[in-house]
Amino acid sequence: MSARWAVVVFPGSNCDQDFVRALRDVMRVDVRVVWHKDSVPDDVDCIAVPGGFSYGDYLRAGALAAMSPVMESVRRHAERGTLVIGVCNGFQVLCETGLLPGALMKNRALRFRCHDAYLRCELDGGPFAAGQLAKGDTIRLPIAHGYGNYYVPADQLESVRKQIAFTYCDALGEVSDRANPNGSVLNIAGVTNEAGNVLGMMPHPERAVEALLGGTDGLCIIRAMNRWAENTAVR
Amino acid sequence: MTTHVEITPALIAEHGLTPAEYDYLISVLGRTPTITELGVFSVMWSEHCSYKHSRKHLATLPTKGPAVLHGPGENAGAVDLGEGWACVFKVESHNHPSAVEPYEGAATGVGGILRDIFAMGARPVALFDALRFGPPDEARNRWIIGGVVHGIADYGNCVGVPVIGGEFSIDPCYTDNCLVNVMAIGIARHEELMTARAEGTGNLLVYYGNATGRDGIHGATFASAELNENSADDRPCVQVGDPFMEKKILEVTLELIRSGKIVALQDMGAAGLVCSSTEMADKGGLGLRMDLDKVPQRAANLSAYELLLSESQERMLAVVAPENLEAVGAILAKWDFETCVVGETTDTGRFVVEHHGVVEADIPLPAICTNVPKTEPVDAAPPQLDVRDWTDIDTDAFDWGALLLAALHSPHFASKRWIYEQYDHQVQTNTVARPGGGAGVLRIAGWSGLLAGTLDGNGLWCMLDPYEGTKCVTAEAARNLVACGARPLAATNNLNFGNPRKPAGSWQFVEAVRGLGDACRAFDTPITGGNVSFYNESQRMAVFPTPVVGMVGVIDDPAHLTPPAFQSEHDVVILVGPRATHCGASRVLRDLTGDLVGPAVTLDLETEKRSHAAIRALIVEGLLTAANDLSDGGLLMALAEMSLGSHGGMGCEVVLPEDEERACALLSEEPSRFVVTCARESADAVIERCEAMGVRAKRIGSVKGGTFAIQAVCTLTLFELFESWENPL
Repeated sequence: MSARWAVVVFPGSNCDQDFVRALRDVMRVDVRVVWHKDSVPDDVDCIAVPGGFSYGDYLRAGALAAMSPVMESVRRHAERGTLVIGVCNGFQVLCETGLLPGALMKNRALRFRCHDAYLRCELDGGPFAAGQLAKGDTIRLPIAHGYGNYYVPADQLESVRKQIAFTYCDALGEVSDRANPNGSVLNIAGVTNEAGNVLGMMPHPERAVEALLGGTDGLCIIRAMNRWAENTAVR
Repeated sequence: MTTHVEITPALIAEHGLTPAEYDYLISVLGRTPTITELGVFSVMWSEHCSYKHSRKHLATLPTKGPAVLHGPGENAGAVDLGEGWACVFKVESHNHPSAVEPYEGAATGVGGILRDIFAMGARPVALFDALRFGPPDEARNRWIIGGVVHGIADYGNCVGVPVIGGEFSIDPCYTDNCLVNVMAIGIARHEELMTARAEGTGNLLVYYGNATGRDGIHGATFASAELNENSADDRPCVQVGDPFMEKKILEVTLELIRSGKIVALQDMGAAGLVCSSTEMADKGGLGLRMDLDKVPQRAANLSAYELLLSESQERMLAVVAPENLEAVGAILAKWDFETCVVGETTDTGRFVVEHHGVVEADIPLPAICTNVPKTEPVDAAPPQLDVRDWTDIDTDAFDWGALLLAALHSPHFASKRWIYEQYDHQVQTNTVARPGGGAGVLRIAGWSGLLAGTLDGNGLWCMLDPYEGTKCVTAEAARNLVACGARPLAATNNLNFGNPRKPAGSWQFVEAVRGLGDACRAFDTPITGGNVSFYNESQRMAVFPTPVVGMVGVIDDPAHLTPPAFQSEHDVVILVGPRATHCGASRVLRDLTGDLVGPAVTLDLETEKRSHAAIRALIVEGLLTAANDLSDGGLLMALAEMSLGSHGGMGCEVVLPEDEERACALLSEEPSRFVVTCARESADAVIERCEAMGVRAKRIGSVKGGTFAIQAVCTLTLFELFESWENPL
């Protein structure tokens, strides 16, 4: 059975339609849009929390969205194993919701940055990589954020180390400070929760799904999720 | 409670009205105005709203063509792209606000132009910014540059509209008056297009968006006067932007329009509530009654004068039939907006405003919308220019390698990466050609073509000769589109000038408009809208006359998309277009000497069109691997850009044409010229095709990895070029 997707929309989301298009027009999967005042339906297998400036990023990026009715339903879904991916502002929302560890601070250079970044896959199989990416693979995805500087307190670093999904690297796959666009601790570009079914990442896989626009590496992650959900449908 | 203020000559002058204009006001009204009415006349008759100095000349521009769906007079122009798609686009300036409060000035400039686009029913899909500043070695200029770029970034990024192109130019003439011009492009289906023409009496005026405060009162009048040493005191005239509110308004507005439940729509931009309401009513030949007590307010004790003139941002005004109010209210409520009915349309032809039960204004609408006073003709005369001929400069003594590296390091020519990386240039996932190269290129889901856009200006060319310079600027915009494989479709313009009441300012403006008209007629690119910004002048200097031309074009087949940079080693480099004859108006020589170096560049329209036709034919035939137009910096900069923009660092080995003087060959900014590359086996065919079409084409070298070598000029490594070029501010 083909996986069912939901894309959450807050006022101020601006990558929601990009995600919908990647799923509907490129992946050709079933996708519905869920407004922030509603709940994600029970029969959904994968949830995308998109990028943008939810609620204008007032107070703190993602802080208000974390209090929205829709995120309550996302939390329930996550607890029962539904796959959740939060990208950019969606990553910030998942951290603020407590579904992911850590926080995202202002970029080290204090400026918004939009360009392609190379990422090293740190996942060894699992819902976001299985059959698509091997540990150590390098992919290229666009980044576009002002607050992508991932931080976890020193006493949590050891546990988070096991949950790293992607790190910033150079074109040759070398993880270095030079390749770190925002100052993230351990070059972290994306992390999962402990259970491994929730992923947050600053780079945009949904922006890299068509060769015309400069790359298709983002498809790996979306495809992996899709396959995983098809095979293990929890609904 | 009427605010009784005596109308004195001093107060009239403070409102920017001449004695003759005030006499006209009295004759229209038949009595002394209230202070509220004086304010209304003041903003509606300001240059910003009434185009009183420019209207007569703008009327000479070509505005019609088979592709034009909406020309000037609407919130923005609209052209047909085919297959039922329409492109809505317009450029607008926020020069004066940016000069006193760069961050908010530039941010609200973005907000204003975006509202013009979605008020037409189109979803904004791209932004372009043309920015001009004084040299950044002055601290104040650096503050302005940083603030403007940051303001555009924060606003555009949050609303989620990518900035995909633009220009960044430095000249001392922009020290007191920076130029911040932003073009927005939107996309709609034909049937989704909306107009700003109210129809039917008894229809309701529905206000939604931000509440009204005291910010930006008299912004339109402020934008219509010279800046002076007290201009910083006008900072309260600059509005404060809220991009989150804008994003919500964008979405709810498109939802309202798609619902079919509204008659007309306009954003409250310059001159706020007055301008938006009266323009819609006047276009429909109607009248208006408005109750200011119903206007949402975020400051205490706002007077009628303030409520009407406030330029608080992110506010919209819709005309709604009473039976649709509930449906409109439900859509607004979904986005947490209140539905505020602030008035209704009438058949009186008058603008009647009540506040606290008292009539504060009662004005015949045509007097503030269409029958605005025309200004008395101003003597027009060219300014006395101190022009130095390029032959006075000992170009033989140049160390060309050092000159190239220094020019690449200068903020005018240096990499703009530090700017466009602060803009989210990929959001909405339509960006095919990213900023940093030639034209910006977008795909539109569901349409077979690609949409290309460009925004170009050159004050130096226009200072030396506003007529020829403006023709050259228009040609450059068209060349940018042609080089990427597009067919130019239509244009918009932002005319940035000094004081039009002075002979030089007046002459420059008239000449530039004449040049714009002639060029657009020749290229079949009608002008669908635009903006005039006068008074870019301080007591010590005026800006160069700087018309900025925005152009959109269609790449019919995505296979025609042609990159602006070198692609493959061993490709042949070919110079297409007429022989270089002088290097007057050269940006490099201007920066080197600080002088106005002449002569002016001039354009033969037929030659230019032949060059376009040749390049288009070569692209359609699939013969070219890259194409770039020659503009500021000439062949030298074009070759450097093509090397620096290539992936993996491809340079070139070039021999200059033997029939061109060396400095001319390198620096000439004369028009109608391109540099193209092709595979070795296609080189003869490319040259033959050009010659058959009456266009000169000369093989000048080949693409070669790692080095940048021009015989008898310079031999540099690409690394050296990069090191100089990557120079963020």
